[in-house]
Order: sequence, then C-alpha cells, then structure tokens
Amino acid sequence: MARIIVVTSGKGGVGKTTTSASISTGLAKRGHKTVVVDFDVGLRNLDLIMNCERRVVYDFVNVIQGEASLNQALIRDKRVDTLYILPTSQTREKEALTKEGVEKVINELSETFDYIVCDSPAGIEHGALMALYYADEAIVVTNPEVSSVRDSDRILGILQSKSRRAEMGQEPVKEHLLLTRYNPDRVERGEMLSVADVEEILAIPLLGVIPESQVVLNSSNQGMPVILETESDAGQAYDDAVARLLGEEREHRFMTNQKKGFFSRMFKGG
Amino acid sequence: MSFLDYFRGKKSSSANVAKERLQIIVAHERGQRDQPDYLPQMQQEILAVIRKYVQISDDMVQVEVDRNGSCSVLELNVTLPER
Ligand SMILES: Nc1ncnc2c1ncn2[C@@H]1O[C@H](COP(=O)(O)OP(=O)(O)OP(=O)(O)O)[C@@H](O)[C@H]1O
Ligand SMILES: [Mg+2]
Repeated sequence: MARIIVVTSGKGGVGKTTTSASISTGLAKRGHKTVVVDFDVGLRNLDLIMNCERRVVYDFVNVIQGEASLNQALIRDKRVDTLYILPTSQTREKEALTKEGVEKVINELSETFDYIVCDSPAGIEHGALMALYYADEAIVVTNPEVSSVRDSDRILGILQSKSRRAEMGQEPVKEHLLLTRYNPDRVERGEMLSVADVEEILAIPLLGVIPESQVVLNSSNQGMPVILETESDAGQAYDDAVARLLGEEREHRFMTNQKKGFFSRMFKGG
Repeated sequence: MSFLDYFRGKKSSSANVAKERLQIIVAHERGQRDQPDYLPQMQQEILAVIRKYVQISDDMVQVEVDRNGSCSVLELNVTLPER
C-alpha cells in the first residue's frame, strides 16, 4: 500500500510545486519508489521544475479518459531512478479530474509505488479538493504571512471534513506544517511572523522550515529540484523535512540568522 | 521582548499585530466551520421575527451552537436597543 501525500496550501504561489518536487525527489533518493502527480490542470508547472517538459507525451487527464495507459504517461526521472512524474494537461479544464477517474489512477499507482505525492493547485475549489481527497497525509505549505496562514487554516478545515478519510470516518489525515520562504532576519526585526507564532495559530506538528533562498529560483531555472543542491540551506532544509517525514528525528535548523555576530547573539541570550 | 528591542522602543511590532489579527480571524472561522448548515437561514428568520416588535440591526443577534458530546446547546444572544 502506497502512502498518499498531498502538498497543499489554499493560497497560491507559496511553494507547493517547489515542495512537491523536492519531497518526492528526497523520498526517491532514499530508495522509495515514488511518483509525483501534477493536479494543477491547465497550468502544468511540475514538469518544468522536474526538467521533463520535453518528454511529456500523455498526461494524467489522458489516463483518466482512457486515451493512454498509465505506463505511457509516466515519465521516469533521469537523475533518480526510483522517481516518476505524472504530468498534467495544459489544455483541459479542472473538471476533467473526476473523483472516479482520480481514484482509478491512484489505485493503480498504489499497486507499484511506495509514495504518491500530489501537487495541489491553489484555491479551495475542485482541483484542490481532488488533490487532497485520497490523501493519507498532508503537507500544508505556509508562508509566514497573514493571508497564507489563514488559508492554511481553511485547508486544514477541509482536510478534516471533506477528505475521503473524513467522509469514511477513518483515522484523520495526518497533518504536517511546512513553513517556507522564512526570513529569520525579518522575524528578528519583528516584521515577519515567527515559526512559534505560526505553530501556535495552526496547532499542527512542524515538519520543517525552509528559508527564503536565492538557490530556489536558480535551481528552478535549471529544472533541478532544490533538494539536489545539497550544499544549499534550502536543499538541506528539505532533506531534513524528508527525514522527519520518514520518522527520523532531526533538530530544526535555519530558524535563526547563522551569519549573525557573536555580540548580537549574546544580547539575545542565545 | 529582547534586550535590544527594549532600547529600540518596540512594543507592538507588525508581526505582533499580524499574530493578533490572525488569532481573532482564525478563531472566528473555526467557530463557523463547525456550525450546522441551517444556521445562517435560521438566524435570518429569528431576526425577522424580532423585527416585528423591535428595530435591531443584523449584528445584534448572535446565534451559535455549542456541541458537548451527545448534546448541543443553541445559544441565542439578542442585544436590544436602549430605550
Ligand atoms: N524557499 C524559497 N525561497 C525563495 N523563493 C521560493 C521559495 N519557495 C518557493 N519560491 C518561489 O516562489 C514561487 C512560487 O513557487 P511554487 O511555484 O513552488 O508555488 P506554488 O505554491 O506551487 O504556486 P501555485 O499556487 O501557482 O501552484 C517560485 O518563483 C519559486 O521559485
Ligand atoms: Mg504549483
């Protein structure tokens, strides 16, 4: 049985696709057979981040509509051989993802994969609901900013009432908070919500904190999941998050400014 | 507040304001989320009945359902205008 993980947020542009790419790559690098599925019908960004846009022949919607088999649509990653990408359609409507169609594909993927990572579109409408419906776990991607935190809370409400697990009265979807685009300097200056603030408001376990980093843009320019930039802060932060997802205990990093001088540390008492 | 903040004279930073606003809005939205679907309609009808007798505005009637295990309590709060 595969573990189905949705990467969701409500608010757009907070880092879901960046996260889906890195988390799936991280799981696969540890030897788990992983597929990352793009639920953002009409936009299709995941294949760009994964650098396989020119290899897309058939997509998720083709499979749902019986125009292609799953094997025809799945793209094997060139860097990590236990990783596959199921791209989405750029031309269809979001409604092309029917509950039955998605279920059929998820069930078939479950037979061969250990992890199914679902990259959700923004919003709380049909596409986002389809992405989270079958989830066992949810990574709620949140920026330290009011509208993002509020939308995350709404998505949590939806996970608790509209997911398959909720409807069937099963054990609830396991929730993880991933705080991204975090800027410790601004937090220290009182300009940005801190990790503790967001944890207190959302009240779900913290999977990781991904710092705001130039490297994210650079690596997406090249079609490289940032987790493969093993020297970078953001890459390491994603690696920690994957380890925690797999049950490893890792201390949280990148929550304070590391380049800070000795004296300001002393004044802070830390 | 840290030692340095004290000298900067920073009492309520914009992050603190953000946190307080979020706590209020999130608490409010969570309260609404758990309410039964018929509640808004019922609130409107209760309002209409009261308005037959006293002039009140929409925000002067608050309807909430508190669930406690197997029993629910309907809490109705009506503020009447001063005479
Ligand atoms: N930690 C980070 N540091 C800096 N930039 C980041 C970080 N995470 C994401 N970004 C940037 O934010 C932008 C949006 O990221 P991404 O596409 O992953 O968001 P999304 O939530 O999938 O968006 P959408 O809702 O449109 O699907 C991108 O330009 C990405 O490079
Ligand atoms: Mg996206």
